[in-house]
Amino acid sequence: MSDTDAQSVFFMRDTMLPQVPPPAGQSGPVRWLRENLFSGWFNTILTICGLIALYFLLRGLLPWFAHSVWTADTLSECRQIIAAKWGPDATGACFAVVRERWTQWLFGFYPRHLYWRPVLTLVLMFVAMAPVLFPGVPRKLMIFSAIYPFLGFWLLWGGSAWVPLGGMAGFVLGYIAWRVLRENRPLVGILVAVVIALLWWLLLAGPVIDLFRSIAPLAIESVRSDRFGGFVLSLTIGVAAIAISLPLGIALALGRQSDMFLIKTLSVGFIEFIRGVPLITLLFTASLLLNYFLPPGTNFDIILRVIIMVSLFAAAYIAEVIRGGLAALPRGQYEAADSLGLDYFQAQRLIVLPQALKISIPGIVSVFIGLFKDTTLVIFVGLLDPLKGITDAVRASIDWKGIYWEPYIFVGSIFFLFCFGMSRYSMYLERRLKRDHR
Amino acid sequence: MKKTVFFGTLTAAGLAAGLASAATLDDVKARGELVCGVNPGLTGFAAPDANGTWTGFDISLCRAVAAAVLGDGTKVRFVPTTAETRFTALASGEIDMLARNSTWTFSRDTDLALDFAGVNYYDGQGFMVNKALGVTSAKELDGATICIQTGTTTELNLADYFAINNMSYTPVAIQSNAEGEQQYLAGACDAYTTDASGLAATRAAFATPSDHIILPEIISKEPLGPATRQGDSQWNDIVRWTLNALVAAEEYGVTSANIEELATNSQNPEVKRLLGTENNLGAMIGLDADWAKRAISVGGNYGEIFSATIGESTPIGLARGLNAQWTQGGLLYAPPFR
Repeated sequence: MSDTDAQSVFFMRDTMLPQVPPPAGQSGPVRWLRENLFSGWFNTILTICGLIALYFLLRGLLPWFAHSVWTADTLSECRQIIAAKWGPDATGACFAVVRERWTQWLFGFYPRHLYWRPVLTLVLMFVAMAPVLFPGVPRKLMIFSAIYPFLGFWLLWGGSAWVPLGGMAGFVLGYIAWRVLRENRPLVGILVAVVIALLWWLLLAGPVIDLFRSIAPLAIESVRSDRFGGFVLSLTIGVAAIAISLPLGIALALGRQSDMFLIKTLSVGFIEFIRGVPLITLLFTASLLLNYFLPPGTNFDIILRVIIMVSLFAAAYIAEVIRGGLAALPRGQYEAADSLGLDYFQAQRLIVLPQALKISIPGIVSVFIGLFKDTTLVIFVGLLDPLKGITDAVRASIDWKGIYWEPYIFVGSIFFLFCFGMSRYSMYLERRLKRDHR
Repeated sequence: MKKTVFFGTLTAAGLAAGLASAATLDDVKARGELVCGVNPGLTGFAAPDANGTWTGFDISLCRAVAAAVLGDGTKVRFVPTTAETRFTALASGEIDMLARNSTWTFSRDTDLALDFAGVNYYDGQGFMVNKALGVTSAKELDGATICIQTGTTTELNLADYFAINNMSYTPVAIQSNAEGEQQYLAGACDAYTTDASGLAATRAAFATPSDHIILPEIISKEPLGPATRQGDSQWNDIVRWTLNALVAAEEYGVTSANIEELATNSQNPEVKRLLGTENNLGAMIGLDADWAKRAISVGGNYGEIFSATIGESTPIGLARGLNAQWTQGGLLYAPPFR
């Protein structure tokens, strides 16, 4: 055995080899390429096909974007500039139309000197949403969130401040009634609150508002609904519908689970009817059919009608999404709530809904994103949505007739920003809520 | 019992609605503005500019009616309507009148419960093809793919024309003019068909207009005109005679420039009756004596409106053609103001 040792000593390594980087084929981008794009003959063929497709796509698109013209007064001027700069056969985008008319896509025909009002409304919207969306924000801001719908209405449409204040008073009166009665008879309290609010809005609000208006008008310049257009219109309808449809959807989902026959039947009937009908049908009903039934001369604002219809539509879908969340809760959660002696509303508020809503977040946000994009359908009832309404109006001017892709790219990017933002927020919310359960 | 009461109330409400909406003139006066259904964007005919002010050939008619009825050509609310919803919007009372390059046809006038109030533009359907195709007549379009807008009379005319000439075609349905242009330029169809006025404007906006030709055949009659709801003849009369006043004003040489002068010292009795200085014709349609004078003052007479919006001096460059006065070989013929 010692021989063996002697032999091995002879071959003993006395110097360390320097560390060598891995072979070129086993590291860095080359390895990544080999593993991900060229692993096997099938994937290699797919990669090559993909590259060819990408090449043809970019060969068409890149020059078009690279030759963009941003300063011109007409489409023909755009074409001249491109031809002069890049040769007679060159194609190029004419984003000058966006540069010249972007205010129209954003604000529609909102009076130019009042642009600050929709902008302020949008900024305040984020302030109002902050306490709802993020945990670190002081809770006291919730008061502002409650006032915001009325403030936003007043800023957008203008007119006398007493109108939104009158609307708000109905809620305040109802709330007071509910506070007084809730100790003894919670259900009766809700009922009385609703009746008082309705009585106020239908009978008293009008004369009282007129009275206050005659004392002090408190008015800012009013803007009519037909001046609304573009993203001001889309956001107004979208945000209002989102805000209305979520509570309505929750109520419908709970109603569908209810043991009370009437409530259950009404909820199921409503949800199934709305989900069985296309949104366009509802919009047509709001704009055209409703006129046959309303007394002539009634001026029921078209944007308001659309908001109501879109909200009802979204509420039905949200109700079903939340029902999925409710169904996913283990039976034990309901029983635990019962064993703690909580009544129905306490159980829903403290135990069931927080968990069910958390499960439903991705679905709810999908419905919201879909709803926001569906606001472009209002073109069919004569409102100027950003995608087609405003674009067609711009195209009808002889200066920009014949322009096609540029407006769509512009409007599409703005929609993408909003929808992508919503989707990222929902992922943030899921992560935040998941942490509690780790 | 309860059901009966309910339905009774409903019927009564419906009847009241029917009765009340019969007097569009009163509604418009009470509201203080005219609601006019228009095309959301047709070059030269109706389009809002960068400030949201609507301009165009059809728009001018709405403004003239507003001036006649309310005394102010700006008191109009323009409601954009699509090809599919325009007649429903009128029938439901959403709009007071429709001035949306709509063709006057038998079924629309009778079955759809509309009343057309005359013709403000005589149009006809034509074809545009790429010059490289080598086609010089619509008769050579056998087997062609053709881009066509849905929900319009052009769709039906096309079918008629190809059936008469024993030819076949493949339709490519499009929604709007812009989409049609895009499809046509991208080569999705051999020919693009729509009203000749639209073809001219479309071709003028191409990068190379000379590569495309408009075929000589006009395959249909498209009398485009304003419409009102059926059953309100007073309102229909107002729209009809406002249009007639604009046409007659051109015939008698009344323009927005000389109207004040003619109103005071014209010796032509027809002009005097038109401008309300002799006989009170306005009273017969529920308006005052100056109604036609106000209507003409807004945008001028028919000829002035035509040349300002779609005429040869504009980029659209339409010739008067059929839309010239009858004295000039056209079809415009206003009945006498008497």
